Order: sequence, then structure tokens, then C-alpha cells
Amino acid sequence: MIEVISAARCVECNQCVSVCPTNVFDRVEGDIPVIARQNDCQTCFMCELYCPADALYVAPDSEAVSGVTEAELEQSGLIGGYREKVGWGKGRQPVASHEYMIKLAARAGF
Amino acid sequence: MPQHTLQEQVVRQQTTADVLVLGGGPAGAWAAWSAASHGAKVILADKGYLGTSGATAPGGTTLLVIPPVAKLREQAVAARLRAGGYLSENAWIHRVLDQVERNLELVEQWGYPFPRDEAGRPLRTHLHGPEYMKLMRRVVRKAGVKIWDQSPALELLHDRHGVGGARGVNRLTGETWEVRANAVVIATGGCAFLSKGLGCNVLTGEGLLMAAETGADLSGMEFSRQYAPSFEGGTVTRGRMLAWATLYDGAGRPILRGDRTFGSIPELLVKGPVYASLDLADTPEKREFLRRAHPIFFMPLERAGIDPFRDKFPLTLRYEGTMRGTGGLRLTGADCAASVPGLYAAGDAASREKVTGAISGGGAYNASWAICSGSWAGEGAARYALSQTRHADSRELAPAGRHGLQAGADKPHRLEAKPLIAAVQREVLPLETNYFRSEAGVSAALRRLDSLLPELGGVIPSTVQGIVQSREAAALLMAGRWIYTAALARRETRGLAHLAEYPQLDPQQTHRLILSGTVRIGIRTESVPHARELQLPAEGRAI
Repeated sequence: MIEVISAARCVECNQCVSVCPTNVFDRVEGDIPVIARQNDCQTCFMCELYCPADALYVAPDSEAVSGVTEAELEQSGLIGGYREKVGWGKGRQPVASHEYMIKLAARAGF
Repeated sequence: MPQHTLQEQVVRQQTTADVLVLGGGPAGAWAAWSAASHGAKVILADKGYLGTSGATAPGGTTLLVIPPVAKLREQAVAARLRAGGYLSENAWIHRVLDQVERNLELVEQWGYPFPRDEAGRPLRTHLHGPEYMKLMRRVVRKAGVKIWDQSPALELLHDRHGVGGARGVNRLTGETWEVRANAVVIATGGCAFLSKGLGCNVLTGEGLLMAAETGADLSGMEFSRQYAPSFEGGTVTRGRMLAWATLYDGAGRPILRGDRTFGSIPELLVKGPVYASLDLADTPEKREFLRRAHPIFFMPLERAGIDPFRDKFPLTLRYEGTMRGTGGLRLTGADCAASVPGLYAAGDAASREKVTGAISGGGAYNASWAICSGSWAGEGAARYALSQTRHADSRELAPAGRHGLQAGADKPHRLEAKPLIAAVQREVLPLETNYFRSEAGVSAALRRLDSLLPELGGVIPSTVQGIVQSREAAALLMAGRWIYTAALARRETRGLAHLAEYPQLDPQQTHRLILSGTVRIGIRTESVPHARELQLPAEGRAI
């Protein structure tokens, strides 16, 4: 579930508040948004994809909080990593346009 | 943090439209685009956000595309009819195959970056969820549709002429809204019981409940026994990736490997823990290909510190409810009209039996169905709304909702949504009850669900979250009761319907089961056009 909003990276655009399908974040006037309803997070990773500043981190466990810290994430380089893999963001090629996605679909039928 | 308090019965934002679309997944997006393209003034309201909401957006989907070669199409249709227990309709499968090709051409024209083969032909067989739904948002907006995000509908409006709009609430501002519209499209998805499959926790069945409260019928609710594997604690349910896996038991002994391992997991998991390792991807090239092709599958594993090609990681199952089942609102015609005037249904909120029969649509059938049924429902709703002489705002419309709403509160206790949801989940999620269905087990679970009904009469909390969750709890409870009621009425095994006491297919039951009502559930059968083509082998085995 969602665990980190990086105050250092967040640009207070509140895009995460707008796009979260399960209404996890609250806007805060004059500050960065807060994770107000962490238990409602469905671990879909969409907030990360829509965050223009790579300021969010969704941990893979949907049932328990891992307690990972921003400092650890900066060190491991995991923060922002999903957007890069999907090819969203300036100068990147979206994975949708890669033929290997089609090849995989043909093989796996998922 | 802000807690919005709602003034009971004060509707802050009131407006009219020709067509109101509820739901912002693929089916809702296509319905809104289609209705607007046919000249209707359209509002689309989604509980979350058109672009991120629903089962499709966070993942991706393969599409059912079969070249327009008569022989191939006939083969596909015949195979589907057999697999679906003769409950599908060949004409509808042909319609879907024709329509989805036309719509995918549009998707490409609108800018979706389909890769091309060496001859330059576009390969339109797969859609990446985030990219697809980002595009659909742009297309829907450009068509002139007003998009209301974070705006769950809570109940429909109706009068003696049928449905005429809906009421809901904006989750961010706390303002209530009312849209009067002569046609409403329910595209709210299936009901997955908050089981944490990828993107599926928004699929809580309110659309089905809202429609049923106006008298709409449901069909196929018994075909709802699908569970999808994900790694333990995770949400990514891409079971077909296990085609590259070996499954291991708790002692590290291999059990199964390769294709179709995922279908065996319920049987294995009731015996003990099951681990998977993608060790059939045995070269660096294969591993690199898989990693790069499917980030949503590999990224969470990587974050969890698992090397899926080497490590053995524990699996769990996520119940997929009616989402990957086939049941939903009964459609009465080619325009995807539901059984109440002015009401239309699309995508997983609609019964998909006409196309998939008794078995799961799977990703491919369901994705193509969402595109086609959305287009048809949008067009049908637009034509209906534009042909009405009575304006929606001059109708004497009343709210139709009751269960889990303040209008239905007739008891002194406070409605506590979370414990109620947990109580429903205890009856619906366990494999022992819902996958390994038996008359005894399902009857007992249904009795326990019935005993929860009085809880819905409690006083609704005044916060936005409290209001929305109370309604979700009511919808989950009703959906569970519909599923088990239908499951007990089909005394045979056919497709996704199964009862231990009736392990075989019964040709006499080659019909659909139609449910209606909420507290008291009525049940009847509906005949299907291909029932007489069903031929059983001599031993009469299940299909």
C-alpha cells in the first residue's frame, strides 16, 4: 500500500488526490497532501504513474505496512522506478508501443 | 484532516443531461463517447477517476480479435458455444467480433501507439491499461462529455415511466449531486468483494444494487467461481504468467509446471501452501523479455525483494466475484437496454452470458465486450433519451435507493460498514464455501448473509466516507446473496457454476437464471436459442 509521499520531491500539484481510485489522499492547504486513509489503498500503483515528480512510493504488500522510509527508497532507487519501466515521463517510450508486449500477450494470452 | 459533514437531503449540485453514464472504466468511457457521438448531452460520473479506475486501468488486456475470415469466425463461435455450456448466442459473438475491429481502428486513429509488424500492419491485440485509459479520458472529454471524477452515484431516480437520473456525492468536496437524465447507463463494473485483486477494490456492486432497486433483473449470478493467483500479500493477478512457472509445495517439492498451472491452484491451496518460481524462463534473454514486457507483474515482486526467476514465492488467491464471472444486469435487446425503461448496462455490470455463456469471459472476451457493449449501450441510451418528449427535469422523479442509505434507516443502531463488510467477506471469499460449492455449505452461508440484512437499517454515519462505505456494504451483501441464491438454483455443474451434489451437466437446465429484487429475491428461468444444439457424450460428463 501507499507508504511514502516525499516532501523533498512533491510539488503540491495534488494530482494523487484527484486520481486515486479509492480516495486515499487528502489535500492540505499550503502543504503537501497526506495519506489520510491508508487502509483503503488497493495497491494499484496508479498514483505513482500520475505523479509528475516521482514523489510517491507504493509498497507491494497490500495487507501490511512495511515501514519503508524515504531515505531507504532514495538509496535503493526504487522511488519513481515504476514510471520509468512503463515509459511515462519526458523523453521515454511508452511500453504500450513496444512489440514485446504484443509478443508476450500472444504467448501468454493474459 | 477534513471530515465532511453532509446535510441530509440537501442536494448542492443539480443539473440535467440526456444520458448519465455511471462508471469510468472502459465500458463507461465507450458508452459516454458513443452517446455523445450520437448527439446526446452526456455526464459521466465515476467513483474514482476516469483513467485510473477499474480492473483494466492498472494492468492491461488482450483483446479478442479474430480476422474476418468466415471459417475462423465460425470455429471460434462454435468453440465458445460449447465451452460456455450453450448459454451464449452466436449472433452476439459475431456482433462483438465485428464491432471490436471497428472500434480498435478508432483507438489507433485517436493515437494509441499500437506496434506494427514487419509489413507495417498494426498489431491490435493488446492494450496497456494505463495508456489505453489515459487515451479514453482524452477522447471522452473531446467528445463533449462532462467528466465528474470522485463522484460515486448512490442511488437512481425513477418514476412510473422508468429511470430518470441518479444522485450521488463528491468525495473530495462532500457536496451531493443530482443529475436528471432520461437515460442512465450502468457501467460500474462487476463486484469483487474488496478482495484486493489489481484495481478491483472499486468494484463493489453499487451499480447492480441501484438498478435492482428500480426493478431491474440480474442474470448469470451463479457463474462467479473464479479466483486469480497473486503472490502473497500482493495484488497483481496475472495468473497466465505462471505458464513460465513451476509450482512447489511447502517442502519445496515440485507439483506442476507450465501452461494452465493457474487453474489448479484452488485445489492445491486448500491442501497447503503453494509456491511458484518462474524457472521455465531459463535463459537471460527470456527473463529480460518478460521483465520488460510486463512491468506491472515484475515491479511489485522486485520491490518485495523477490527474484521470481530463482526464488520460490508464496501464492494466494484473490476472489474475482462477478468481475471475471459472467453475471450482471439482464440485457433485453441489441441496444444493451436493461429490463427497466431508460436503463442500460455495459461491461462487467451487464450479464455477459450472450457472449461468454457459463464460463469466464477472461481478459480477452471481457475487454472486447466492454468496448462493444459500451458503444451499444451509449448509442441505445442516446437514441432513447433524444426520442423522449418529456424532459427529465419536468418528470416527477423520486430517489429509488434504500439499502445502506439514510432513507432505509429504520433502526436505532449505527451502521458500521467495516465490520459488516468483513462479515460478508467471511461468507463469500473462502475457497471452502465459494469455490468448492456444496448445497449444504452455500445454504448455510446464505442464511448467515440473510441474517445480516437488519444491519443495513442502521443510522448512516454523516461523513462522506461513511455514506459511501455504507452503500458499498449494502451492495456487497446483496451481491453475495444474489450469487448464492443463483448458485443453489442451478442444480448441476456447468461452466463456472458447480455444486458438489450435482457434479454433472443437466441438459434440462440449459437456460439462464434471472433474479429480481433485493430483500426478497425472485427467481425464474429464461430460454436460450441454442439449447437444442447441446449434445452430451454418452456418459453425460460435465463441461
